[in-house]
Amino acid sequence: METSSYIHISNLDLVIALVFVAITILLSYWQRLGLERDIAIGTVRTFLQLLTVGFVLQQLFTATHWVWVILALAIMTTVASHNAVKRQAGSKQGLFMIMTVAIAAAGAITLLLVIGVILRVRPWYQPQYIIPIAGMIIGNAMNGAALVVNRLHSELILRRNEVEAMLALGATAKQAAGEALRESLRTAMMPTINSMMTVGLVQLPGMMTGQIISGANPLDAVRYQIVVMLMIAAATGVTAIISAFGALGVFFTPNHQLSLRLELGKHWDEYIAKSKNL
Amino acid sequence: MDEVTDLLAIELSHLNKVKPVLLGDTLTKLEVIHDLSLVIPKGEVLALIGPSGSGKSTLLRMINRMEEPTSGSILLYGSDIQHMNVRKLRRRVGMVSQTPALLPGTIEENISYGPKLRGEPCDAAHFLDLVGLEKSLLQRPASALSIGQQQRMSIARALANNPEVLLLDEPTSALDQTAARNIINLICHLSHRLALTVIMVTHVMEHAKAVATRIALLVHGSLIEEGEAVEFFSDPTTEAGRKFLRGELFESGD
Ligand SMILES: Nc1ncnc2c1ncn2[C@@H]1O[C@H](COP(=O)(O)OP(=O)(O)O)[C@@H](O)[C@H]1O
Ligand SMILES: [Mg+2]
Repeated sequence: METSSYIHISNLDLVIALVFVAITILLSYWQRLGLERDIAIGTVRTFLQLLTVGFVLQQLFTATHWVWVILALAIMTTVASHNAVKRQAGSKQGLFMIMTVAIAAAGAITLLLVIGVILRVRPWYQPQYIIPIAGMIIGNAMNGAALVVNRLHSELILRRNEVEAMLALGATAKQAAGEALRESLRTAMMPTINSMMTVGLVQLPGMMTGQIISGANPLDAVRYQIVVMLMIAAATGVTAIISAFGALGVFFTPNHQLSLRLELGKHWDEYIAKSKNL
Repeated sequence: MDEVTDLLAIELSHLNKVKPVLLGDTLTKLEVIHDLSLVIPKGEVLALIGPSGSGKSTLLRMINRMEEPTSGSILLYGSDIQHMNVRKLRRRVGMVSQTPALLPGTIEENISYGPKLRGEPCDAAHFLDLVGLEKSLLQRPASALSIGQQQRMSIARALANNPEVLLLDEPTSALDQTAARNIINLICHLSHRLALTVIMVTHVMEHAKAVATRIALLVHGSLIEEGEAVEFFSDPTTEAGRKFLRGELFESGD
């Protein structure tokens, strides 16, 4: 097994790694960046979150059952869409549903292809494969969803005149939002495309590094990475499209009008609550 | 009965609009239009006047359903616009905004935007000619035009949909005096030539006088004076009307 061929990190080693934190904190103090507290919190969270995840994964790996895997995927999707929603300006009403559907759909499509067809993992729910791969898909889908909706929101505000001119000429919401939509999709796709351009040149992707350290043949690791890169591009694209069209549904009214939501921003929720009470 | 509705392009009855607006960081309700009733006969040019903030733009935007009224009804040739397909309504009721909005692409693409949405052909050159712009401009980007020309193009773009009613929201406010005067002449000319029903928001008394056959004066969301332009200009019935003629009403707000 590969497990014996790599060097383990002991608890003492982890404590020694805190030297890195000390260096960063000293730097922040020296340059008066005021980041000491954030760095400390970030360090604690890194430890807590990763150790928890490690523990959960270990449990998952020993109790191989599809129910646990599905549950884990559901939690990952929920946390991801919660995060994507949190990164939005203005009202967040209705966005969680949109993001969840988008991320879940993109996840399902790409996982099906990677796990079912390319890797042919049998049984499909072997956590060793599906969990880390789903993690990469969902993480990137989350960024795609967050970017596309954020950009669409600001583009519609920015292009309000142009969009309303098109609506007034008889365009549908989708037609009037065309340019804003394309701009948002481009924004969401850019990080993924950029990473496809430079992958391997500047830094080795985390998964590949991990595989190589744990003893995998570099050429094998590279094959995995190629599949991962392509799968991430597709997942980002699909999530971005679904969330963008979903978001059009909340940024416009069914009557092809720009929603008051764009004007009221955070106060939109207050407005909705008040009009329901009438 | 049918003859009457044929003659009435627009009928507004008991329109109210309450809008949520942000005052600083607090959400408040603002009564923008209050119990407004008004009819506009076919082929008339109505100048909608009133101080800044009196609800003129909101009123226009309700007529092509860029916004919905809180209560009351709007009829277009006798049919309630609430029961119409919004996009068909907007084709029949064109709108030109205060600042000309340029769509991406050439002037030709701008003008034919409406017909193209429905897969219909559009003689862009004809509409360019109609608003007094050179046909040679067709393939130029819209941004190459001066603001006055852009506003002409916006009017041509609205006319390319062959609307029955044209809404103009302060079409001259972004223009210098000469350009404004030219646009007003153009609107005058078009309303005659195309038998269009026009509602034009303006705060310039001379412009209202030059084009309007009817006048409606809005103050704080209420219609306080309305009627034939000739009568209004010779003998306004309200103090606000007299002020407008003296050019006093709108100095402060704008
Ligand atoms: N986005 C907005 N934020 C705050 N107030 C607004 C907004 N839109 C309209 N209003 C208010 O609604 C009222 C009517 O506005 P509007 O229809 O634009 O008037 P007008 O065109 O006559 O100047 C005004 O009192 C204006 O202050
Ligand atoms: Mg206005």
